[in-house]
Amino acid sequence: MDATILLILVQDGVVNGAIYALLALSLVLVFAVTRVIFIPQGEFVAYGALTYAALDTGQLPGSVWLLCGLGLAACVCGLWQQRRTLTAGATTRLVLQTVVLPAAITALAAFVAPRKPGVLIEALLALAIVTPMAPYLYRVAFQALAEASVLVLLIAAVGVHLAMVGLGLVFFGPEGSRATGFSDAVLSFGALTVQGQALWIVGLTVVLMGALYGFFEFTLFGKALRATAVNRLGARLVGIATAQSGVIAFTLAGAIGALSGVLIAPLTTVYYDTGFLVGLKGFTAAIIGGLASYPAAALAAILVGIVESFSSFWASAFKEVIVFTVIIPVLLWRSLRSTAVEEDE
Amino acid sequence: MSRFRATLIMSALAAGLAAAPAMADTIRVGVTISTTGPAASLGIPQRNSIALLPKEIAGQAVEYVVLDDGADTTKAVANTRKLIDEEKVDVIIGSSTTPASMAMIDVAAEKQIPMISLAASSRLIAPMDAARRWVFKTPQNDSLMADAIADHMQKNGVKTVGFIGFNDAYGDGWVGEFTRAAKERNLTIVGLERYARTDTSVTGQVLKLMAAKPDVVLIAASGTPAALPQKTLKERGYAGTIYQTHGIANNDFLRVGGKDVEGTILPAGPILVAAQLPDSNPIKKQALEYITRYEAANGPGSVATFGAHAYDAAILLSAAVPAAVQKAKPGTAAFHAALRDAMEAQQNLVLTHGIANMTPQDHNGFDQRARVMVTIQGGAWKLLP
Repeated sequence: MDATILLILVQDGVVNGAIYALLALSLVLVFAVTRVIFIPQGEFVAYGALTYAALDTGQLPGSVWLLCGLGLAACVCGLWQQRRTLTAGATTRLVLQTVVLPAAITALAAFVAPRKPGVLIEALLALAIVTPMAPYLYRVAFQALAEASVLVLLIAAVGVHLAMVGLGLVFFGPEGSRATGFSDAVLSFGALTVQGQALWIVGLTVVLMGALYGFFEFTLFGKALRATAVNRLGARLVGIATAQSGVIAFTLAGAIGALSGVLIAPLTTVYYDTGFLVGLKGFTAAIIGGLASYPAAALAAILVGIVESFSSFWASAFKEVIVFTVIIPVLLWRSLRSTAVEEDE
Repeated sequence: MSRFRATLIMSALAAGLAAAPAMADTIRVGVTISTTGPAASLGIPQRNSIALLPKEIAGQAVEYVVLDDGADTTKAVANTRKLIDEEKVDVIIGSSTTPASMAMIDVAAEKQIPMISLAASSRLIAPMDAARRWVFKTPQNDSLMADAIADHMQKNGVKTVGFIGFNDAYGDGWVGEFTRAAKERNLTIVGLERYARTDTSVTGQVLKLMAAKPDVVLIAASGTPAALPQKTLKERGYAGTIYQTHGIANNDFLRVGGKDVEGTILPAGPILVAAQLPDSNPIKKQALEYITRYEAANGPGSVATFGAHAYDAAILLSAAVPAAVQKAKPGTAAFHAALRDAMEAQQNLVLTHGIANMTPQDHNGFDQRARVMVTIQGGAWKLLP
């Protein structure tokens, strides 16, 4: 172990940690607003990466059919749930959101994909294909359960995760894919070489965190989300549509997940089932942050990335064990520090 | 779970009068393979190969019952029990991975049903004992492949080897076999690193390996995840030769690996480079026939060597059934025992992966003809002389 190796490991840890940080943020966001522990977050990473990789080779990704299917399911669920209060305007809006939108995205993808429009448009298209799946999932699986206990929501989330892994195998196949990066540049700082893609990841993570901060502090939607997170009933009393908050939280989580996927696709090979482990590490970070604090979760994610990178150097056979063991002292410390609070249900 | 039942009953016309009395005795073949889960890249080509298998052997109709075990040992055992107890199968093919196959041995032995595994480890059939009497396997033993790699290293003057392998049964098997093979040839293993199939970065492991300055690196992993350490090694400027195992032998590896995997050396079943084999090699004809049939059904370039193990299991079965039906009717315990004996008696059986000579001690029967050394050149597999 010398200074060069140390630097490379830290760099590797920070880049991986940045991805975990994005996932941890969206886990905290979804949990705060809807109380759902969003296990399928990792699947959005895998879907985003594989969709982007398919577009990168000029193919129409299989995920567009999943998007259309989920949209239809969301439409049926939405109509059923609102069957007593349905107006012509609401119906039109629902059909536009859940049937016309996926069809339009699919048509666009089918038109654009064979023309290989370059990484930026491909990345945006991948985001457009994967992101709407999250609000559709919310409508299909979680909206009807919105008032259920955390445990019931967790079980529903595990079910959604299993279904999405299975569908991933159907739509993307068992083999992994890799994509072209946003940048092939390799920068050298003395003995340390930094890939352009790594800078993109860290840079976009920082930008996204800033944007989220702005969103929560300064926009009406952001404030409504925070209000829902603080007190669901109170938020409803002051006229915030809490179901709408859920949809927004899921949309954000889906977009962040898909973006993480697009970012890591050029760095590593992604498989239909890669997402779970990546998501779990984001979850570890979110837990360290107490599932409540965004800055704590982001810092914890960087820590998880660095622990992972160093343990893969020192004891690669025990890497996952070491990474997930990090959570134990934190839980101990938290339980000692805070007085016992009964779960508020 | 995905359950695909291919039922084909011989038509009365085709059967003819002579075979008519035997028609009622359909031979039932139970298949449990990993078409989902972490070994799906092995299980899916195997399932596609099952569709190519003969629907009639020696005048007997053959019926296949295919189940998916998701590479889960518990599920594989449950499937085995279900196939034997409910489906009344005469022989079992599967599973795709070593741990799942290992767990199935006891059930097959308990019920006295012959089993043909599609997994690699030699531990499945050695040391031979009362339970393993019922187990056969068509893929090459990993020891055969480990010897081939170590031989090639020795011939090329290699002294030190860095090893990075999967953190699972596949990696464990290779650590054991390669440590033995290297010791016999005075090769020193200077670094031993592990990683997981789903890892997104192996920078730590690669840095540690490179700090040990090995002459060559051996990557013991299967399918496309094997490309990650190789890409990282190239990225960090490693200049030595990189060896891989036969677990990477499908076209997806070339697609994902791209130019970073040029010059890789690996042992593989001859089917991988079937078209480049000399015409005098009997394996060539068998292997090309499989490739033609598989690609006709699944599209050009779709063939993977893993699927051929399932095809080989059927060749072994087809060769053994005629002797067994002479002795007993399908569905009886006597038939199961006769089938086992007939499989054990096979000599010079040409499969797509090699030529098998079974003995009571060796239920794989492959020799050095079942492996060739291959390199990657210009994005394609090339046979090394």
